Amino acid sequence: MTMSKKILVVDDDIDQLDHVSLILKADGYEVIRAQGQMEGEEALLSTIPDMAILDLMMENMDSGFVLCHQIKKLYPGTPVILLTAVKSATGVDFSPKTSGAANWINADILLDKPVRPEQLRNEIKRLLA
Amino acid sequence: MNETLHLLVVDDELGMRVSVERALRHYSTHLPEIQHDVDFRVSQAESGEAALALIETDVPDIILLDYKLPGISGLDVLQTLKERKLDVLVVMITAYASLETAVQATKTGAFDFLAKPFTPEELRATVHKTTKHCIVQRQAAKLAEERRQIRFEFLSVLAHELKSPLAAVEGNLFILRDHLVGDTIGAYDHLVNRSLIRLEGMKKLIFDLLDLTRIESGQKKRSLAAVDVCAIARQSIETHGALAAEKHVTVFFDGDQAAQLNADAGEIEIIFNNLVSNAVKYNKDGGSVAISVRDQGQVIVIAVKDTGIGMAPEEVARLFGEFTRIKNAKTMNILGSGLGLSILKRLSHLYGGQVQVESVPDEGSTFTVTLHKEPSLAATGNESAPIQV
Repeated sequence: MTMSKKILVVDDDIDQLDHVSLILKADGYEVIRAQGQMEGEEALLSTIPDMAILDLMMENMDSGFVLCHQIKKLYPGTPVILLTAVKSATGVDFSPKTSGAANWINADILLDKPVRPEQLRNEIKRLLA
Repeated sequence: MNETLHLLVVDDELGMRVSVERALRHYSTHLPEIQHDVDFRVSQAESGEAALALIETDVPDIILLDYKLPGISGLDVLQTLKERKLDVLVVMITAYASLETAVQATKTGAFDFLAKPFTPEELRATVHKTTKHCIVQRQAAKLAEERRQIRFEFLSVLAHELKSPLAAVEGNLFILRDHLVGDTIGAYDHLVNRSLIRLEGMKKLIFDLLDLTRIESGQKKRSLAAVDVCAIARQSIETHGALAAEKHVTVFFDGDQAAQLNADAGEIEIIFNNLVSNAVKYNKDGGSVAISVRDQGQVIVIAVKDTGIGMAPEEVARLFGEFTRIKNAKTMNILGSGLGLSILKRLSHLYGGQVQVESVPDEGSTFTVTLHKEPSLAATGNESAPIQV
C-alpha cells in the first residue's frame, strides 16, 4: 500500500481533532492538525494537503465553509470533507440549495459528527481514488 | 425617521379623489411616541377592478375605499385583500353608514370608517390615526421577528454546545470499540479521561441552563434572608480548592466581616462560584486570585482579581452575551458553558447591581460586582430583552 497521503484536519474541539487523527493514523495517513480556522489557514500556507477534513462551526458559524472555499481556490483538486454536529440537532439544512451555493461551498461531502471510523475510511478511499 | 406611505383612494367620483389627493399632498404627520414623520404618496383608482389591478404592481399601505362602486363593491375589494393577506389598512368611505354595513366591513377587516361628506381636517385626523396604527404594528412585527431570530440563534448555538461533548464521547467510544490503538487497556486511559471531562462540561452546561431559565422566567423560588457574604465567599473558595491546587493557583481572601445582604443565599453562591471558577480557570499556572468583599453602606462590592490570561478590549465588549466564550489559542482547551457571565449579570440585576470588568491581556482581569442591600430602592436597569429558553 502506498498510503503516505497528507490529510489536513481542522477542528476547534481538541477531542474531535484527536478522534479523526487517530482513525487516519491507524490507516497510515500523514496527519496535519490545526485547531481552529486560523491555524487551518496558517497550515495551508506551508502545505498542500491531498485532502482536508474540516469542522463547520469553529471560531465562526461558517468557519468550515470559508476554509473550504479557500482550499478549493488554492488547490482545486483537493477533496474536502465537512464535519458538522449541528445538522440533525437544529434542523438547519446545510446542504446547498442552489447550484451557486454548491459551487461556492464546494465541499465533496458533508458528514455528521462524530464520524464513524468505517464511514470516514470509506469516504476517504472513495475521494482519494 | 422619515417615511413616505403609499395611500390609494378608490372612488368613482373624480371630485372625491382629487380632493383627497389635494388634502394629503403637503400633509405630513408626526408620531412623537416613535419619533416618526410620515408623508404620503397618493394614487387613485376609479373602480374596484382598477384598484385590484394597481395593487398587483404597487401595494399601498393605506386604502381609502368607497363602499359603493360601479362594478365590484368596496366589500368585494376588502374580501380580496383579506384573502391575499396583504399588509394594508383599509378605511371605508361611505355615505350610507348603516350599522349592518359597518359590522360587515369590520368583520372583513376594515380598520376605520369615514362618513361622506368629510372635511380635509376630518380626513387628516383619520389618516393620522391609521398611519399611527400602521407604523406601530409594523414596528411590533419587526421586533417580534428580531426576538424570534435571537431565540433561534440561541437555540442553534445551544444545540451545538450540547452536541459537541456527546460527539466527543461517542467518537472516543468508536475508537475503543474498534480497538484502534491496540489491545492494551492502558492505551485508552486518555480517551476515557477526556470523555469524563467532556461529560462533566456537559453537566455543567445543563445546570447553568436550568439556572438561567429559572432566573429568566422568574420562577426560581427566592427565599430572601440575611446572608453572610463572607461565609459564602469562603465556602466558594473551598469548593474550588481542588481546581486551584491542580493549577497551583493561590487564592487570597479579604472581607469586611459584617458584610450582610438581604438576599437569596443560593443566588449569592452562584455569583461567587462563577467569579471564583473563572478566576481559577482562566489563570496561569502558579498564578493567584485575590477576592475582596467590601461593605460600603448602601452596597456590597465584591471584587475578584486574577493574574490570568486577560482579555483585549474588544473581547471584553463581547463578554456578557450568551455563548460568546472568547475563543482564542489561550482559551481553546478551557471548558466552560458559555453561560456563566450571562447568569452573573442577570443575578446582579436582581440586586439592582452591575458587573464591571477591567482586563489587560496576559496580566489578568478584575471582575467587580456591586449588589444593593435594598434592591427595591435601586434602579433596576434591565437593558436586554429576555431570552426565553
